[in-house]
Amino acid sequence: MDMKRSYYEDLRLFDTLPLSLWLGVAVLALAAAPAVFGNYPLYVIGYIAINVIVALGLNVLVGYTGQISLGHAGFFAIGAYAVTMLANAGLPILPALLLAGLIAAAFGFLLGLPALRLEGPYLAVVTLGFGLTVETIFAKAAFFGGATGPAVPAFDLVLVPGFSREQNLYLLIVATAGLSLLAVRNLMHTRVGRAFVAIRDSDIAASCAGVDLTYYKTLAFAVSAFFTGLGGGLFAFHLGQVDPTTFNLMLSILFLAMVVIGGVGSILGSVLGAVVISLLNLKLKGLKMADFEQLPLIGHELAGFLGRNFMETGMANIQFIVYGTILVLIMLFEPLGLYGIWIRTKRYWRTWPF
Amino acid sequence: MSALLEIDQIGISFGGVKALLGVSLAVARGEVVALIGPNGAGKTTVFNCISGLYHPQQGRIVVDGREIQGLRPHRVAQLGIARTFQNIELFKHMSTVDNLLLGRHLHMRSGVLAGMALLGPYLPAAREELRHRTRVEEIIDFLDLQAVRGERVGNLPYGTQKVVELGRALAMEPRVLLLDEPAAGMNLEEKQDLRIWIQDIVALFGVAILLIEHDMQFVGDLAQRVVALNYGECIAAGTPAEVRAHPEVLKAYLGAEAVA
Ligand SMILES: Nc1ncnc2c1ncn2[C@@H]1O[C@H](COP(=O)(O)OP(=O)(O)O)[C@@H](O)[C@H]1O
Ligand SMILES: [Mg+2]
Repeated sequence: MDMKRSYYEDLRLFDTLPLSLWLGVAVLALAAAPAVFGNYPLYVIGYIAINVIVALGLNVLVGYTGQISLGHAGFFAIGAYAVTMLANAGLPILPALLLAGLIAAAFGFLLGLPALRLEGPYLAVVTLGFGLTVETIFAKAAFFGGATGPAVPAFDLVLVPGFSREQNLYLLIVATAGLSLLAVRNLMHTRVGRAFVAIRDSDIAASCAGVDLTYYKTLAFAVSAFFTGLGGGLFAFHLGQVDPTTFNLMLSILFLAMVVIGGVGSILGSVLGAVVISLLNLKLKGLKMADFEQLPLIGHELAGFLGRNFMETGMANIQFIVYGTILVLIMLFEPLGLYGIWIRTKRYWRTWPF
Repeated sequence: MSALLEIDQIGISFGGVKALLGVSLAVARGEVVALIGPNGAGKTTVFNCISGLYHPQQGRIVVDGREIQGLRPHRVAQLGIARTFQNIELFKHMSTVDNLLLGRHLHMRSGVLAGMALLGPYLPAAREELRHRTRVEEIIDFLDLQAVRGERVGNLPYGTQKVVELGRALAMEPRVLLLDEPAAGMNLEEKQDLRIWIQDIVALFGVAILLIEHDMQFVGDLAQRVVALNYGECIAAGTPAEVRAHPEVLKAYLGAEAVA
């Protein structure tokens, strides 16, 4: 039972002192990283941060508003293509990024319209169709650079004079992720975010309390697509190329896996899910048959088994077998994902130093 | 007496089933009207028609001189009509405070950008939150919900959930309040509290209340007038005592053979 507290307390950015301290440490560490690390670690953190932005965006739709999307790779692609083409047209990087996010948001709004009348499996199919359509159009249309994609212009934004291109890009990505975290967290604590969650928990009650379902459902799509597009825009620079085959159904599922594994409807969960899936993805993506030989104990046997049953090219998709397995396990044992595990651990350690 | 809410001969059917057939009733400011009838009589359907969840195929629903049948639910809510649900419809993952704050939705303005920019208690969205939080706290005090203020409502006992739902409806500052079996499943003490709250709501805010309730004692204590439905038709209307003694009502409740 909690006592009547100052209302200001509920609006404070961070609930507890330890959390504020940890966040302070994290911010300092991320800011200091370029001075300490070489380019590859920065690349990895940048990749994670981009996925954090996307996972946040997708969580707004899936976790908070209770709608499904199997097409978020489409918004990611729209962001990547938009930023590339806008920058190629001479627009400076920051406005190009913002505009790319807004263009993705506009498409999110449009996709949200048919989504109004659809739920569950029907919505899944519509968003799936959207993702496939976007992927195909980008890959086939000469206007968008066809199968090779458009050339991405050099990243020439200087945030810290004297920093290399990679270091500046890293800072931009991490700062954008930080601001996105703050923005989504704030949004969920105010009127619009509450309306999203209300729609998820009871759309009937929400509408009878004055929430315009049409408006807020499409708005959730637009907000979600904005952050995903923003992530896609950063991704174009991060990879230095835009390859239309990247933005496929598997990528949409990867994004969804981040949200589900991290924890639906949780900011911290979005971060955890993005971190875990990004790292797994980097680790498992380039896996070769020979890599299995390295595993202790079962390595030789496993490599032999895989060699007999899989083609070498099939190995490239091994990560999806891993994600699939994790997803099934999460659904069975911890529907709140990593966030749920975090909550239980925290409860368990409640009396620990803090 | 000019009614705030007036229902005029509404009818609706689902497939071939006529759920409502020419139902009429009126509720004035500061008045409590009860809607009674056996299960399946169409009481909740009347509420759904008023709320805009259903659109009646015949008749009119007028609020303060304005026809509302055919409006969508959020437009109806904007006109000052709030309701509770027979099978509780709370936002069960949100706290009590947040459920009530959602009830303030119509009175708040912040959009997406203001919401994202909320930083400490200084910017407009935050000031708006605090202002409405004050109103919500008044309702929390009024309904004695202090102890469960920060609790996820899904975890609360049934009776408390019903009170939170009433609180959310009150937070809307409605002119018309529709209560669908608010006392169902409550123990005697909870019913007692509820009765007093409803009397206060009427006395303090002059709200017009339409109440669906099976407990005739409860109805008799609160309602000035009662309308009885059976198979989608009005079978009686009048004071609680009149309606309770009405032969059609007795027949509906006890079954034809008991009267014969
Ligand atoms: N959405 C619907 N679809 C089909 N039938 C409905 C619907 N809503 C209500 N009905 C029917 O209308 C009748 C009245 O139901 P209801 O208003 O819930 O009764 P009650 O008086 O118990 O609240 C019932 O026969 C019910 O089956
Ligand atoms: Mg009913």
